[in-house]
Amino acid sequence: MSNEMNSDLNSHQDGVIFEKSRSGRINASQSPRESAVSQVIPAALLRESPPMLPEVSEMQAVRHFTRLSQKNFSIDTHFYPLGSCTMKYNPRACNTLAMLPGFLNYHPLAPVETGQGFMSCMYELQEILKEVTGMKEVSLTPMAGAQGEFAGMAMIRAYHDARGDSTRCEVICPDAAHGTNPATAVMCGYKVKEIPTKADGDIDIEALKEVIGPQTAGIMLTNPSTVGVFERRITEIAKIVHDAGGLLYYDGANLNAILGKVRPGDMGFDVIHMNLHKTFSTPHGGGGPGAGPVGVSDRLIPFLPVPMVGYDGAQYHWLTKKDRPQSIGQLSAFGGNAGVLMRAYIYARLLGREGMPRIAEYSVLNANYMMAELQKKGFDLAFPSRRATHEFIVTLKRQAKTLDVSAMDFAKRLLDYGYHAPTTYFPLLVPECFLIEPTETEDKDTLDGFIDAMAKIQHEAETQADMVKAAPYTLPSRRLDDVRAARELDIVWQPNEQTE
Amino acid sequence: MPFIPHTETDVKQMLASIGVDDIEALFDEIPAELRIGNLDKIPAGLNEMEMSRLMHERAAAQPQPLCFIGAGAYEHHIPAAIWEIVTRGEFYSAYTPYQAEASQGTLQLIYEYQTMMAHLTGMEASNASLYDGASGLAEAVLMAVRANRKSKSKRILMPVTVNPTYRSVAQTIVENQGITLELVDYPLAAGCIDVASLPTDPGDIAALVIPQPNFFGVLEDVNALTDWAHAHGMLVIAVVNPTSLALLTPPGEWGELGADIVCGEGQPLGVPLAGGGPYFGFMCCNLKHVRQMPGRIVGRTVDADGKPGFTLTLQAREQHIRRSKATSNICTNQGLVVAAATIYMTLLGAHGLNKVANASHQNTQHLSEQLSSIDGVTVAFSSPTFHEFVIKLEGVSVGDVLNALMADGVLGGFDLSADYAALGEAILVCATETKTAADIAIYRDALNRVMSRLKGGAA
Repeated sequence: MSNEMNSDLNSHQDGVIFEKSRSGRINASQSPRESAVSQVIPAALLRESPPMLPEVSEMQAVRHFTRLSQKNFSIDTHFYPLGSCTMKYNPRACNTLAMLPGFLNYHPLAPVETGQGFMSCMYELQEILKEVTGMKEVSLTPMAGAQGEFAGMAMIRAYHDARGDSTRCEVICPDAAHGTNPATAVMCGYKVKEIPTKADGDIDIEALKEVIGPQTAGIMLTNPSTVGVFERRITEIAKIVHDAGGLLYYDGANLNAILGKVRPGDMGFDVIHMNLHKTFSTPHGGGGPGAGPVGVSDRLIPFLPVPMVGYDGAQYHWLTKKDRPQSIGQLSAFGGNAGVLMRAYIYARLLGREGMPRIAEYSVLNANYMMAELQKKGFDLAFPSRRATHEFIVTLKRQAKTLDVSAMDFAKRLLDYGYHAPTTYFPLLVPECFLIEPTETEDKDTLDGFIDAMAKIQHEAETQADMVKAAPYTLPSRRLDDVRAARELDIVWQPNEQTE
Repeated sequence: MPFIPHTETDVKQMLASIGVDDIEALFDEIPAELRIGNLDKIPAGLNEMEMSRLMHERAAAQPQPLCFIGAGAYEHHIPAAIWEIVTRGEFYSAYTPYQAEASQGTLQLIYEYQTMMAHLTGMEASNASLYDGASGLAEAVLMAVRANRKSKSKRILMPVTVNPTYRSVAQTIVENQGITLELVDYPLAAGCIDVASLPTDPGDIAALVIPQPNFFGVLEDVNALTDWAHAHGMLVIAVVNPTSLALLTPPGEWGELGADIVCGEGQPLGVPLAGGGPYFGFMCCNLKHVRQMPGRIVGRTVDADGKPGFTLTLQAREQHIRRSKATSNICTNQGLVVAAATIYMTLLGAHGLNKVANASHQNTQHLSEQLSSIDGVTVAFSSPTFHEFVIKLEGVSVGDVLNALMADGVLGGFDLSADYAALGEAILVCATETKTAADIAIYRDALNRVMSRLKGGAA
């Protein structure tokens, strides 16, 4: 079994870049011409010895980083059903067209007269996101989902403060919430109240009624929720929260499942963030950059983060704190991750209005198909009575108990079969779980291949558990020692080290 | 269907497996009254050829004048190899390396990045990046309040010479946690903080922020400032330009003890201007504070065969483990942009980066001499600068001058009048290594014409 990854025996090529470095090797072509040494900077402010950076040729650098890239699983090379992350195909046109020189060379502080092409794209993206989410206004500036969450909660706080309502000190989160939700609430100065999820996957509304009150600033929800089901009583929840004077925050992590089918604005949410790197297919880039635009209902419009793009019928211009004095302010040095926003804009235009509901339809079809097939193969579902949304949860609790083979073991063995593992151990409330999200861009044969691999690993777990527990075998690394990584901290390479 | 591979046969088989008649049935748990009818305001889809034509038209509406604006985003030459490699699908379309064995490429690259940043800043540790320089400063402020064990204070000293947008972003992000940013002024003639004017008994303060170079391009007396802060129990947060560090004293060597937290904007390291992002923020510290640092960190360890390998480490700081008690809500970093910066530093090396820094500095010196030879134009500050400087204009308004320059195809700099009214009519001007002697002459001649015309018109 081979993944055709870079795992040959050429250990000479496998070292860190600094080991390939030789004193005095210079890339003259990439550097500017020699200029005179400064006479005006005082010696006390000058560096005494050069920093230790690599000294390699252009070809050595290209080969090193190309070989590194080959040690990655990626959407372009492998099925990557990482639940809650929406690892769908990133169309190449989005990258090519976002990197046209006119966009790349645009200085963020250049006059708007020289940026009308770029700004028209940003303005239209705001309009598209408004329409597809049912929100009244959108700001594109948050640079990631977590920063969108921060913006959302800061707006909720600003709203209550502007009304002189300073007693609201708590934010409610379901126990299944993504970890960024409670962390964000704390960053905005709130205490977090957790409420449980019921056995059918819906929020425990009785528990919500118990914790809600005049101290509640708002609730943070994901719908479909992190357990992969649609929160059916959302309208009732919205009423309970609004009646108590709180606001509803929508975490857009799972927007892919409902795009063009149902809108957070219609469900009663006051503020949402969208992960454009998920739903709008901008690249995940090995962990960023993303983009987390926020959309709001009428009452939060004054508080949106700036800058936003305005249009007066003739020219696009920036809306700043001058235009929006109650804005929570700026979240980045400029307008956010513009290049990511450009890719999302291009993707949205390629899809068009008719393409958006198809995203939801086929991602949900793929997830329900996988769920049905895995159940037929004998796997246990966490919420068997429910429809899958764009993702669903398999629990391997039984395998862990009877075979001593954990969800992590299954995950590592899947890598040997050439599949990136689903999200493991999240949400925390389902033991030994796999959160599986195939996305709409995968074909049936790929899904069938994954299902077969799961069945094979189940058989392996029953017949040769120890083999599964020591997987993977075919990747550039065997299972890594995380405990040692934290205990014997080695996070910066030192030149005096002898490598093994 | 765009980006959806399903054939009719596939769909039929899949629906049969699920046991429903059509795809709509899969949405039957969504209350009917919530379903939307149409998305009329969104245009119909375009194919790739149509979209390509549209985007080329939009790009053509971006005239790309000769640009002397810096103010936090800098035009540098970007070697061709960088984005060729960065946009390889294996980097471009991978995600956060949660499955370490399947992500050794990204993980090793981040480890190499951490090493480069640590050596560049003179610190012992680096994280895997933050969103950008401004939000990175906010995270540094939060970290300083956590990390300063000697202080119970939530007060931070923030010089007015720090980028005003950075100050404003930091304010937005930290204010809900009861942290106050107290401004430190500067003498108008020098353009940098006067250490002698700082109080002898400042009280309990968590940290002093020191920009190098500061927003005016001016070099601060970082050694004296660092020692003053440490003498009063504060931590030092350095906000630095990474290019400059090939030339200037690294923060780890400032004063007697060095800075405690180093942050800044990584964009100059191989990242295009691109309308303001994506860029990345870097953050470094010493090992004693590493557990207070936000963001992802990669460590080297061994695998089951004893072979070196890489993995995310110190995750007990992070939101997915600690939830409401995490050091930050940050989840991912700016991975792909960090890949660009890592390859940039690799291709240039210390020698090449020093040449970039020095050429930028020399071009700025040359431009400063040329512009200040024009009647009515003076250099605002006497102190040495890195690759930016401030000019003051007499008898004209900055807005008029910049507009007139733009009509001549020159973006003359950043208008300081909104953020620094005390400076009068002042422009922050930048010249990097990308500017030739001919470019500088074009700017000088254009400004000369504009000044004569506007001053003549005013008289």
